[in-house]
Amino acid sequence: MLIQKPADVLPSEITPRSLFERRRDFLARSGAGLVAGAALWHGLPDSARASTRLQGAPSALSTTEPLTEREAVTTYNNFYEFGTDKADPARNAHKMAVRPWTVNVEGLVGKPRRFDIDELLRLAPLEERIYRLRCVEAWSMVVPWVGFPLAALLKEVEPLGSAKYVEFVTHYDPKIMIRDVIDWPYTEGLRLDEAMHPLTLLAVGVYGEVLPNQNGAPLRLVVPWKYGFKSAKSIVTIRLTEKEPATAWNKFAPQEYGFYSNVNPEVRHPRWSQAAERRIGELRKRPTQMFNGYAEQVASLYQGMDLKKFY
Amino acid sequence: MNLSLKAPTAGTIAAVKALVFVLCLLPALDLALGWRADTLGANPIETITRASGEWALRLLLITLAVTPLRRFSGLHWLLRLRRMLGLFAFAYAFGHFTIYLWLDQFFDWNAIALDILDRPFITVGFAAFVLLIPLAATSNGFAIRRLGGRRWQALHRSVYAIAILAVLHFWWLVKADIGRPLLYASILAVLLGLRGWWRELERRRQLSVPPPAKHLEKKVIRLVPRQ
Repeated sequence: MLIQKPADVLPSEITPRSLFERRRDFLARSGAGLVAGAALWHGLPDSARASTRLQGAPSALSTTEPLTEREAVTTYNNFYEFGTDKADPARNAHKMAVRPWTVNVEGLVGKPRRFDIDELLRLAPLEERIYRLRCVEAWSMVVPWVGFPLAALLKEVEPLGSAKYVEFVTHYDPKIMIRDVIDWPYTEGLRLDEAMHPLTLLAVGVYGEVLPNQNGAPLRLVVPWKYGFKSAKSIVTIRLTEKEPATAWNKFAPQEYGFYSNVNPEVRHPRWSQAAERRIGELRKRPTQMFNGYAEQVASLYQGMDLKKFY
Repeated sequence: MNLSLKAPTAGTIAAVKALVFVLCLLPALDLALGWRADTLGANPIETITRASGEWALRLLLITLAVTPLRRFSGLHWLLRLRRMLGLFAFAYAFGHFTIYLWLDQFFDWNAIALDILDRPFITVGFAAFVLLIPLAATSNGFAIRRLGGRRWQALHRSVYAIAILAVLHFWWLVKADIGRPLLYASILAVLLGLRGWWRELERRRQLSVPPPAKHLEKKVIRLVPRQ
């Protein structure tokens, strides 16, 4: 197994808090930094302002690789509804109200239910999962998510035998989001066995704190062996279906983004070589690993499939 | 005032040139300082790659705007800024290409060759850069004299094709939000459209030259005196 010994320290202990705060002081001296800082603070949900801490128990599924800086994780985002520049979501996502928030779990399930976000936070023990994140744009990060397995939620609603896929629909509010760049609401999908896989996470926090809005608050998917866009943000509906659901990027450019979109250095993309990636914070590129390094755990899901065809 | 604007002294032109020179250097300076101070965001290599490429395109469009500006304003001395603007466009393109080779690919020639052959947006960007090289190399008085004005001009007309390739390079790069490439494409369309329109006007003017008067028909008019 590739699974390594879990880290017995929390990221908050690994990343010196003082360093981050000094950076902030420095930023605050410049006017732009002050505004950005204020926007970040403003973006936090009301209930989180008192305490934004959200700890999770260390997990054996975590990588021991060095974490990407918190600053990069929370300011370099693809959340096109809030702008297509990487820095746009951190500037604009505060407009999204993340409380109250409900998630409808419906479709081919025995017990369809509408969950309040606070119920979801208590649904299963929160874990800290340090995962590699590989974007289809050939950059990557190592992110300490806080969350619980999607399987825990799906078991609550008792999927029917006819359910083969899970569709995720994300929050859409044209009043606070930019013009349609791709078809919104953004939707994503997984096969049911992918959704039930122990690596598949519903994240509610990052870096030991409540998820910032730009990272997909209050609830997002994290599927570490697939390109980042599969990990839908700010989810409002989870629907179990018999047929493969339409997914946002696949609808936009089917020849570029497949339904599976597993990280695969051998399947070319017209814009980026997928053979290598730049880990944010590093200068030189590194080779991309099959299934983003999670082959041991997930390769069996795709046995007998031509991954060049089902890209 | 108007007179001095239309016919500035040599000193004024030199001062304007110096100012434009400094202005053209500012984006590069800004990026260099940002790189040193680590204020270029989480992915600084991406930031400088994009910025240098976008400045190359902007300067190329500014260069192409000189002739129309000169025609509309009557400020013929503007032409004397064109060579410098064009050379700055090349300098930023060269910087953009170097950043790609060095910082983005770290001279991984296999990956670079594959990119150029396999990725349409890189193919057209590379073509635009290669085609700019002869233009930059002949942007001097010596080359003009050596080639002759007509051939020099024919060579430098390829800048229109280069500008189209450069816009295409940007257009094909973006994933979904074509806002910025569309803006540059529109500007280029206006700049090229004006030239097309002027050509058409010139053609019509030549066609509308009045026919010779009746009493001169079939008569040979000798313009060269008999030896």
